[in-house]
Amino acid sequence: MHFRLNPRTVPTESRGPSTADHSRFEELQGPFASGPEVTRACLSCHNEAGHQVMKTLHWTWEYTNPETGQKLGKKTLVNNFCTNARGNEGMCAQCHAGYGWKDESFDFGNADNIDCLVCHDRTGTYYRMPNSRGNDACAIMFDDKGPIDWPAVAQSVGLPGRENCGSCHFYGGGGDGVKHGDLDSSLVHADRSLDVHMDDEGADFACTVCHVSTEHQLAGSRYQMHARDTGGTGRPGLRRGVATCESCHGDAPHPMDSLQGMKLNGHVDRVACQTCHIPAIARGGVATLVDWDWRTAGRLRNGEGYKEHDYIQGNGEERATYKSIKGDFTYTENRAPDYAWFDGQMRYTTIDTHFDPADQPIPINSFSGAPDDPAARIWPFKRVDTFQPYDKGNNTLVYMHLWGDDKDAYWGNYDFGRAIAAGMRSNGKPYSGEYGFIETESWWPITHMVAPAEDALGCGECHAREGRLASLTGFYMPGRGDTPTLDRIGLLALALAALGMAGHVLLRLLVARRRRGS
Amino acid sequence: MITRSVRIFSRFERFWHWSQMALIATLAFTGFAIHGLHRLVHFDAAVYLHTGAALGLVVLWLFAIFWHLTTGTWRHYLPTSKGLWRIARYYAWGNLRGEPHPYRKAWRRKHNPLQALAYLVLKLFLFPLIWVTGIAYLTYDLWAGAGAGNGTLTLVAVLHTAAAFAIVLFVMLHVYLLTVGGHFLGHVAPMVTGFEEVELTPAEAAYLEESEGGAIRSEGG
Ligand code: HEM
Repeated sequence: MHFRLNPRTVPTESRGPSTADHSRFEELQGPFASGPEVTRACLSCHNEAGHQVMKTLHWTWEYTNPETGQKLGKKTLVNNFCTNARGNEGMCAQCHAGYGWKDESFDFGNADNIDCLVCHDRTGTYYRMPNSRGNDACAIMFDDKGPIDWPAVAQSVGLPGRENCGSCHFYGGGGDGVKHGDLDSSLVHADRSLDVHMDDEGADFACTVCHVSTEHQLAGSRYQMHARDTGGTGRPGLRRGVATCESCHGDAPHPMDSLQGMKLNGHVDRVACQTCHIPAIARGGVATLVDWDWRTAGRLRNGEGYKEHDYIQGNGEERATYKSIKGDFTYTENRAPDYAWFDGQMRYTTIDTHFDPADQPIPINSFSGAPDDPAARIWPFKRVDTFQPYDKGNNTLVYMHLWGDDKDAYWGNYDFGRAIAAGMRSNGKPYSGEYGFIETESWWPITHMVAPAEDALGCGECHAREGRLASLTGFYMPGRGDTPTLDRIGLLALALAALGMAGHVLLRLLVARRRRGS
Repeated sequence: MITRSVRIFSRFERFWHWSQMALIATLAFTGFAIHGLHRLVHFDAAVYLHTGAALGLVVLWLFAIFWHLTTGTWRHYLPTSKGLWRIARYYAWGNLRGEPHPYRKAWRRKHNPLQALAYLVLKLFLFPLIWVTGIAYLTYDLWAGAGAGNGTLTLVAVLHTAAAFAIVLFVMLHVYLLTVGGHFLGHVAPMVTGFEEVELTPAEAAYLEESEGGAIRSEGG
């Protein structure tokens, strides 16, 4: 098994003919010995592309939320999967759009380090490997792939297909579909029931049809979302620079020629499109992780780490339910998401946040939103519950040194204390020297795997006692039994009336018999 | 006084009564499905049926109000305290002892005083309440801004549901009282055929025979 190497894939359709046939450019004939050499060739014509890419999140892995001021991005954040990319770049920066980031020495100012091909290769043969060596415990994870045919991939370039974006975004959290629940390899070749937009036989959208870009900046962000977009489709012929449903479908998306359409449009201000139109997550045969327990990591057999595969997912592949290097995993498929009021503003528990362990589970990310907040709507989420190491003395999350060919790396020594001490030290964070495990949860907004209209949720899924929104309280919604007192009084009155009538009937019968008798 | 079989309910009144009954039964059935008290019909079907029936009822009422005003029949609903007590006593007690119903339908006054009062409460209070709250409910999206108005919606829904309970209670009592004092079918038949035995003054009988053709059946009918 491998960590995140993607299976070879048939590339998705190209998006229309290009005005240039790259296979005829002299610059791209090679020979190339490495990725950066190809990049230099690309940038010799695309002389603005390098500057553009170096400003993007794909390159910086840094994001400062303008609303909350929080410094976010993969460079900084701790999540509740493999916890931290920071300090483990040799492994994790396989998904950085650059070559060779393995430690602090990486040069973010050198455009030659940009990896153009991971996004623009159209042969489906390009792949990436870890930027540094791990311990022997990890070496077996990498299949022996053949060498990359650099001129071939360089000459194939085009606009990104789903397999390009997916080579990283489908494998977040350490494996296919692990992180998001609505993003996994089944979307490379989706059918209609899995996703109406990405259906191979239908619209066959590339990711960038919705995630529009200017100067390599792509629209759509998890840190700061448009939970409620009132901007509609924008001016005629001008695509707005957002990835919302509304930017194509408008803010009254259902046809107004029926009562049903009107009723549904009446929901748009309070209920996200995704809530009804994504009835379940992980529908493509690939499982997603909902529960991770680091506490059980480190068990050995004959002194070596091992794996258990106790889950067969929809597409027939088995998934690891235990790994010595990571602990226990629980998967789910085809499951209804969780729902919450969401105003689009994510707040993170970062490495610098001090929390009270009594407040477990600690939210890795949290958000506000309420029925009376005009910016908020009811959104679907995938929730991940994890037990992960924390600094017991300082009550903070920790950076762990997981990856590396050294004695401190957890993926090799199976020693949390040492891995945490090393991870904190090398990143200049205080560590009390004592670690424990803490329960955390993270919330992943769901927006992909949009089902065809006929599979959207029926009204009764939510407008029902114990319906999908049963956990959302504090507002009135018909069908849920939101007026229990009134119902009790009303039903009591009807019951008393029925009883009274029955009594009256009895009385009448008795009296009638007595009269007949006398 | 002579007793004659007189057309006491016109064709419109009979149509109005039964279609109103059917609509209210539909509204109560679908309404309580929407409210979540039963699951005999899907929520969405209940909403569409309820909305359709409600619009039907509104149209019917507009017609009925117009008809009552132009024909003057609204007077039947005017409250009177004359004989009210006797009727109440009869329903509670007198009918048990086999007393005859104290009220005789008159051509000019087809409801007994208790009935008139009950109908008046229904029409002046319960129906307008369910009507106004129902229309407010229906147009919720027009008057409630995003994030606002759910408090008002709660009030609208509570009043609407409370009125619905009261109307169902009324219908139960109404139907039950038809079984009290005489034959159930005997009470229902006039609302089907329109005709009922009514005591008439000779002057009324003469008037009906003369000017309202077909409104009175020949002697002994
Ligand atoms: C003018 C007549 C009426 C109108 C315009 C009306 C309209 C409505 C509307 C719009 C709703 C909300 C359904 C939704 O969520 O879309 C509703 C609910 C309801 N209606 Fe009516 N309705 C009328 C008459 C009645 C009658 C006659 C009854 C019963 C005897 C009734 C019983 C109910 C009940 C119990 C609910 C559920 C309330 C809740 O759970 O919030 N309605 N009505």
